[in-house]
Amino acid sequence: MMAWLRQHRDALARAFGKLRAQRSASLLNALVIGVALSLPAGGYALLANLQLVAQRFTLDPQVSVFLKAEAKRSELEGRLRGDARVAQLRFVSREEALQELRRSEGLAEVVAALDRNPLPDAFVVRARDGSAAALEALAADVLAMPGVAQVQVDSAWAQRLGALARVGRLALAALAAVLATGLVAVTFNTIRLQILTQREEIEVSQLLGATDVFIRRPFLYLGLLQGLAGGVLGLAILWGAMAILNQGVSELAQTYGSSFRLAFPAWPDVLAGLGITAFLGWLGALLSVSRYLR
Amino acid sequence: MISFSAVAKRYPGGGEALRGVSFTLASGEFAFVTGRSGAGKSTLLKLIPAIERPTAGSVVVNGQNVGALKRAALPYLRRNLGLVFQDQKLLYDRTVYDNVMLPLAFSGQPPREAARRVRAALDKVGLLARERANPIALSGGEQQRLAIARAVVNRPAVLVADEPTANLDAESAARILDIFVSFHQVGVTLLIATHDQALIERYGKRVLRLSDGKLAA
Repeated sequence: MMAWLRQHRDALARAFGKLRAQRSASLLNALVIGVALSLPAGGYALLANLQLVAQRFTLDPQVSVFLKAEAKRSELEGRLRGDARVAQLRFVSREEALQELRRSEGLAEVVAALDRNPLPDAFVVRARDGSAAALEALAADVLAMPGVAQVQVDSAWAQRLGALARVGRLALAALAAVLATGLVAVTFNTIRLQILTQREEIEVSQLLGATDVFIRRPFLYLGLLQGLAGGVLGLAILWGAMAILNQGVSELAQTYGSSFRLAFPAWPDVLAGLGITAFLGWLGALLSVSRYLR
Repeated sequence: MISFSAVAKRYPGGGEALRGVSFTLASGEFAFVTGRSGAGKSTLLKLIPAIERPTAGSVVVNGQNVGALKRAALPYLRRNLGLVFQDQKLLYDRTVYDNVMLPLAFSGQPPREAARRVRAALDKVGLLARERANPIALSGGEQQRLAIARAVVNRPAVLVADEPTANLDAESAARILDIFVSFHQVGVTLLIATHDQALIERYGKRVLRLSDGKLAA
């Protein structure tokens, strides 16, 4: 056990030594990996932010039911309350709606210009099931009720945004897969060159009784460290890019009276990203050295 | 300890390097393998650590049929053999000390014990004072002795050396042979390939004479 730990420590030390000995080449490799990584990582961070925005609205599964002028309010209220899918019901009279509109930024003048209240009475229905399909079904049923002029699913746009984000996520996953393959290829080649410069040492070690596992080990650590260094660089690039973007974003958000800023990925995501790049580096090294040792 | 029976070796695209070679080397025995260049000396020695595999017959080392060993088992066979290669195979990117340390790195010795063994091996071949030198700075005889130190650092029961005195002057060659004799005296089994007839006669040990891949009586 001690011997095994010692051998790992020695292999790690040797890998570090190689990185140090070839500082500029190692840095360039890490940069290649880092730039490649920053693309999907940046996309992922943007999408995560977009979904956060979308989520804020989908959390509130509201359906607005606008009544016809001649509608019987109490009858409709009874039917809506009787529906098992309805969690909460609130009546908003046309007067209340107008008041609310008057309070909205920039709309007071518009309201003042109106000579009569154009708004209908309305029910705000909160559904038990917030999924898009359930809301659409509820809306369709409510529309068929007598006295209902129009039904509007308020969260529909947010749902669409969420769906769009999911499509973006799929595209990103494809991009990430392509770049991950690239990362493995980069490490494969780096390790192959490293092996070639150490061919003699490997041959002598084999002749003197080194196992394949022993010979492989420092190269695996080298690949792992390189992947990790690339991951760190990639995150640094992402961080820098988001810091720059955020200046613009917060200015834009301010005009909407919001303090929204792009959030840097959370620690679990950061650690997962580093873990993945380290793994991919290790994998590239494993493929390379296994092919050499055959 | 080492037993060849009806061993043949044919290299792909080449002639037969060995034909029907049979002999047994007892534990603690000291023997020379001799013959002209191309007689098959190196091939014979390479069969013992399974660097080459026989095309027919069997090579048994320490009760193991090494020709049939799986690749994964080879390291453990080789760790129990001391090998001195014809081209020495020293590593010139590290010190004398680190060259001898190499086989201990993968056999998992505790560092203190490993350091002690490296120094003991270097002392044995008279290179302790040069442990910080690069092998390139050593003379031919010293490089050969370094190769021997590396071969014996794991304290093998068998030592196999291919032309360890080639290109050396008589005095350096004698010094190398003296080192081998001292190992023989502590019970190590030795098999040394050489074409140096004078050397063989001086030591009066068993001689395996190869001619055209066949063992002469």
